[in-house]
Amino acid sequence: MIDFVVHDDGDSVGVVVVEGVKAGDELTGWVMDQNIDITFKAASDIPIGHKLAIKAMQEGDTVIKYGTDIGKVVADIGVGEHAHVHNIKTKRW
Amino acid sequence: MSQDLANASFSGYRRENGRVGVRNHVIILPVDDLSNAACEAVANNIAGTMALPHPYGRLQFGEDLELHFRTLIGTGANPNVAAVVVIGIENGWTQKIVDGIAATGKPVTGFGIEQHGDHETIMNASKVAKEYVQWASELAREEAPISELWVSTKCGESDTTSGCGANPTVGNAFDKLYPHKATLLFGETSEITGGEHLVAERCRNDEVRERFMFMFNRYQDLIDRFKTSDLSDSQPTKGNIEGGLTTIEEKALGNIQKIGKECVIDGVLDKAEAPTGPGLWFMDSSSAAAEMVTLCAAAGYVVHFFPTGQGNIIGNPIIPVIKLCANPRTVRTMGEHVDVDVSGLLRKEMSPSDAGDALLDMMFRTANGRLTAAEALGHREFVLTRLYESA
Repeated sequence: MIDFVVHDDGDSVGVVVVEGVKAGDELTGWVMDQNIDITFKAASDIPIGHKLAIKAMQEGDTVIKYGTDIGKVVADIGVGEHAHVHNIKTKRW
Repeated sequence: MSQDLANASFSGYRRENGRVGVRNHVIILPVDDLSNAACEAVANNIAGTMALPHPYGRLQFGEDLELHFRTLIGTGANPNVAAVVVIGIENGWTQKIVDGIAATGKPVTGFGIEQHGDHETIMNASKVAKEYVQWASELAREEAPISELWVSTKCGESDTTSGCGANPTVGNAFDKLYPHKATLLFGETSEITGGEHLVAERCRNDEVRERFMFMFNRYQDLIDRFKTSDLSDSQPTKGNIEGGLTTIEEKALGNIQKIGKECVIDGVLDKAEAPTGPGLWFMDSSSAAAEMVTLCAAAGYVVHFFPTGQGNIIGNPIIPVIKLCANPRTVRTMGEHVDVDVSGLLRKEMSPSDAGDALLDMMFRTANGRLTAAEALGHREFVLTRLYESA
């Protein structure tokens, strides 16, 4: 059972692909490019399609997904926490 | 299932100019907003015809007017269209559209409303439309190789499952079609922001790369000129954000999964401009679904791949829009809009190659005549791109 997917093993976030993830749930993740499984504990309730942090990030850090820069951290994010517009912003525009 | 693409064919309508279409529409095309009512009346009179109402065509000028003409002429010229009745308020611009479409060799007749009124125009246009639709109804399909198929793509209401499921499925299908000389297209200029370096790397040569970066920077300048915020409510859209996408960079990296891993960008087109040979083309275009698909149809594409995450329901009047989705919640809650369910990808129940094959299978079935979900549900969004205000 895959609960979240990660594009590349250098990424700092994964994508939840099941409904109903609650804080405290043990989650199994699939790193697609390297085809390996990993496990993390959710630290927040996370809706399907939303991201969970698989690395701790501090304000000012760059968020990596697809092995590429997807924006900057604007509020510290702990491992397993929900990572979205409340703690990540674009570097463009 | 795996496609033997080298020997695969689809069944389509060969038009007077040699292009092959997969639908056989007779359209009633307004030049301007004023002529919508007459066009809709003709389509109401004559079964099997379709009006394409739109809100523009008056006092446009310069590049915006050229784009208006190019889009309407391209729509009429599309090989999915057998014949066209054009109606405009006056004869001059009406004739310009007629002449543009007539260059394909297909039947087309124009009517100007001034000095006739709606009643006489509708009667005269209905008589021609009836002849066209009866003539078109006897045209037969014939087999054609993949090298004669033009396939475009654009995603909509994307979420994070688009980037890891539905968009890579299109990429896999494009990688498989490309060696067989299909004519492919992607675009959505603002939605490459954050991944432009990756697209630039995929361009065939420096000339193509420079043209791509010119188009990319032109769109960035437009956004910088008119923005009042960082666009975080528009690009990504509210629906994208609801679906878990956070920044334009993240959305862009998901978006460009649609061009696969192997195919090369052979050329760059302006909006509604037709490609001049096989290969993968980038078209400068809005990322708004109906605008982009309308431009693809005007450029001559006959089948469209449309991955969605949160469930964009768009269709197009003349080209079949094949929807694919990897989000299991969307497939469950709005499955009537989904032609290809690739949610198994995210459960490791399906490989990317399996998903690509499933899409290609649906592409052949659709080209051969199967109605897409959007066609069956009556989605005919026809939206013209405007560049600036009218005079």
